[in-house]
Amino acid sequence: MELLPTIWFIVVAVLWTGYLFLEGFDLGVGMLMKLFARNNTERRVLLNTVGPVWDGNEVWLITAGAATFAAFPLWYASLFSALYLPLLVVLVALIFRAVAFEYRGKGDTDTWRARWDWAIALGSFFAAFGVGAALALTTTGLPLNANGDREGGAFAWFSGYAVLGGLAVVGFSLLHALAFLALKTDGDIRHRARRWFVRLLPVLLLPLAGWALILQFLEGKPWTWAAVIVAVVAAAAAWFLARRGSEGRAFMAMGAFLLLGSASIFGAVFPVVLPSTLDPAFDLTVSNASSSDYTLGLMSVVAAVGLPLVITYQAWTYWVFRRRVSASQIPVAHSFLPAIAVRAFTTKG
Amino acid sequence: MEALEIARWQFGITTVYHFMMVPLTIGLGLLVAVMQTLWHRTGKEEYLRMTKFWGKLFLINFIMGVATGIVQEFQFGMAWSEYSRFVGDIFGAPLALESLLAFFVESTFLGLWIFGWKQLKPAIHLACLWVAVVGSVFSAYFIIVANSWMQHPVGAKIIDGRPVMTDAWAVFTNNTALVAFPHTLLGALAVAGGFLLGIAWYHLWRRRTDGVDTVGADGKVIPGEAAIPGRDRTDYKVWIRSLRIGAVVAMISFAGTALTGDLQGKLMFEQQPMKMAAAEAACHDGTGFSVLSIGNLGSKNCDDIKAVIEVPGILSFLAKGDFTTEVKGVNSLLDQYKADYGTHLPNNPIYGERAGQEIQYVPVMEVTYWGFRMMIGFGGLAALAALLALWVTRKGTVPASRWLMRLAVFGILAPFGANAAGWIFTEMGRQPFVVAPNPALNGIDQVFMFTAAAVSPGVSAGELLTSLIVLTAVYAALLVVEVKLLVKFIRGGVVSAMPELAHTPADENGDTDKGPGAGKPAGDVLAFAY
Repeated sequence: MELLPTIWFIVVAVLWTGYLFLEGFDLGVGMLMKLFARNNTERRVLLNTVGPVWDGNEVWLITAGAATFAAFPLWYASLFSALYLPLLVVLVALIFRAVAFEYRGKGDTDTWRARWDWAIALGSFFAAFGVGAALALTTTGLPLNANGDREGGAFAWFSGYAVLGGLAVVGFSLLHALAFLALKTDGDIRHRARRWFVRLLPVLLLPLAGWALILQFLEGKPWTWAAVIVAVVAAAAAWFLARRGSEGRAFMAMGAFLLLGSASIFGAVFPVVLPSTLDPAFDLTVSNASSSDYTLGLMSVVAAVGLPLVITYQAWTYWVFRRRVSASQIPVAHSFLPAIAVRAFTTKG
Repeated sequence: MEALEIARWQFGITTVYHFMMVPLTIGLGLLVAVMQTLWHRTGKEEYLRMTKFWGKLFLINFIMGVATGIVQEFQFGMAWSEYSRFVGDIFGAPLALESLLAFFVESTFLGLWIFGWKQLKPAIHLACLWVAVVGSVFSAYFIIVANSWMQHPVGAKIIDGRPVMTDAWAVFTNNTALVAFPHTLLGALAVAGGFLLGIAWYHLWRRRTDGVDTVGADGKVIPGEAAIPGRDRTDYKVWIRSLRIGAVVAMISFAGTALTGDLQGKLMFEQQPMKMAAAEAACHDGTGFSVLSIGNLGSKNCDDIKAVIEVPGILSFLAKGDFTTEVKGVNSLLDQYKADYGTHLPNNPIYGERAGQEIQYVPVMEVTYWGFRMMIGFGGLAALAALLALWVTRKGTVPASRWLMRLAVFGILAPFGANAAGWIFTEMGRQPFVVAPNPALNGIDQVFMFTAAAVSPGVSAGELLTSLIVLTAVYAALLVVEVKLLVKFIRGGVVSAMPELAHTPADENGDTDKGPGAGKPAGDVLAFAY
């Protein structure tokens, strides 16, 4: 086993896990804009819990993609080209979602806001589903030929695992968002989010747990089996903690669940990074898909400094915006007075 | 259309579009940071208003750059998998470093800036903006390093058929990148300068035609006030100062792009001689610079092109710095390229159906020739207009002419056009290579790649066409939305970005659109809220 490629496999896994942990809740909050929030004020509360941080969270996805490109070009090339149409859906979803966050509050009509609310909710759903499907398929395999190209046409990637992975990330994100809202809001929303969390936990975590378990039966190693079991314990702990009202700890328990679940999934498939369903000889592995040791060494030095730095200043952001948001703090939406419109009824100086 | 053609159109459309938003983000970000610094140091109200107003437009535009940027990273793998496999060992690293060292910084600190007006101490709040802006400048550096490696591969050697990085220092200090980076930054500043100039002109014109500002007998402006929120004398200062900053920035950055562009040109004559010959439509060896050449559109035969006006010596000056050295023309370069890199694409499966086709070493000359001239022309026009604007407004306001105002507003587009033309020129001028060969490295193991080999073999033309249509439609729709929002906030003036200016006690009582928080102090949590 080569050391640097293995380290970079772990780095890529950490980046994907960081993405799911952070953007997980803002994707979930996006979906809850339609499922949970009852009126415009509540939607604005939801938006403002993630407002300062969602963009920083999304960079984890960009970094996960770029790190895969740099460290495992063959993995990146095969996975992204094989999943052409699903990733197009993810891209369009992310575009609409990003723009909607920024533009929703810049119009004055209910129609304007309603349209962007749908963009946020559907954008979040399709982004979560698509990323989940892609991650599931990189663990369960795609019909790749010897060159690493997809055989069988535009939809050859489709399988039950794609649906399972999609549901896994959608479910996790929704639940994670409920835990986040219980932690970050006050008043009615906080208590409702906690009630929803407790009620929905078993359903929403089922697909992710299912994905992790299937992989254990297929490829499991003793330590990854142990990780799955501890992950289930963490989920149970999250449930009890939320019921007791320890919102911060429940949120952390969700984080532990994700970390262990993700470790069990990536750990089970290791050293394969993308299996071929046509012939195991075509599997992309940590060693045959990676960049040179020179490149990996260079990036290791940068990542060893850069990644802790990122985590530090992002943590600081969460500290700066640590206070709970509640409906009573949402300021009135000022519709501004365009100079043109007011000219008619004012005197000139 | 063939998959390769569609993939190229998609890359071109999405990249040019993305690079409408990016220069404005980089340039305006720097200027807003300077404005806030001025406010921080002087405490003058007009600088706060400038920060808020231009900052609002900056954010409306910023998000579009972010949203369309993800497409850029994903489509290397999606549409250009063979390219990604070939260059990944070198090209991936600057992309990964861009994410890790630039995008994280940019997005995180911009979030702090947007939402942190009240939570952070003023100095820290200002520092957050500077950090975010420096992040965006860093991102420009990394992506230019990646692009420059495609123009001029260095620091790599071929192992098992693929280039492998051997010298990271060479990759990150590629001379192509070191001149392209300042050229791109200055191009971004020119965009921002024109943006400030055009919009500030519009507002000064409004104030004048509305009778708020008047002109005295000596032609000097007499700033006035209207009983409208935000239309006071400070508002006048906001616009005249923005106009002057914009004009000066536009001129200086154009001068800078000319200087760095000259350096780039000289490098390009060495590194990609065919691109420069095609930029000049110079078929035969010589010293003359073509002011106007015409030929048969679409003709691949260089002999169809006639130089209508040519200035002797200038081409040699652009290429070598003297007036006499002969510069090789397309015809003699063509023989050299054919000798060095073959006349037909090899019979290798990565070329797909294109294997064995004849290689067209001459880029589409209509594009290179006119792209090069549009870049310089639009840039120069904008700089000239900025100079004239400074002269015309020397007495403190703009002329009452509506047409001049329209010209100033539409002039905003000129630097955008220059940027787009420059990129289209340099990317299409590199064809038929996606990674251009480095002439300094001779030998069979030379690093280069034909665009014909770069596209994803497993992806069908139908998939590519789907994404081309979907992305183009989405981009077009969002461009309409962005421009409409920009126009709305621009017309609203400073008060649209600072509703507090309109917030009088009368509003508090008479406001019928009360949310739950109306009447109460908003508190610190949501000093800025979506």
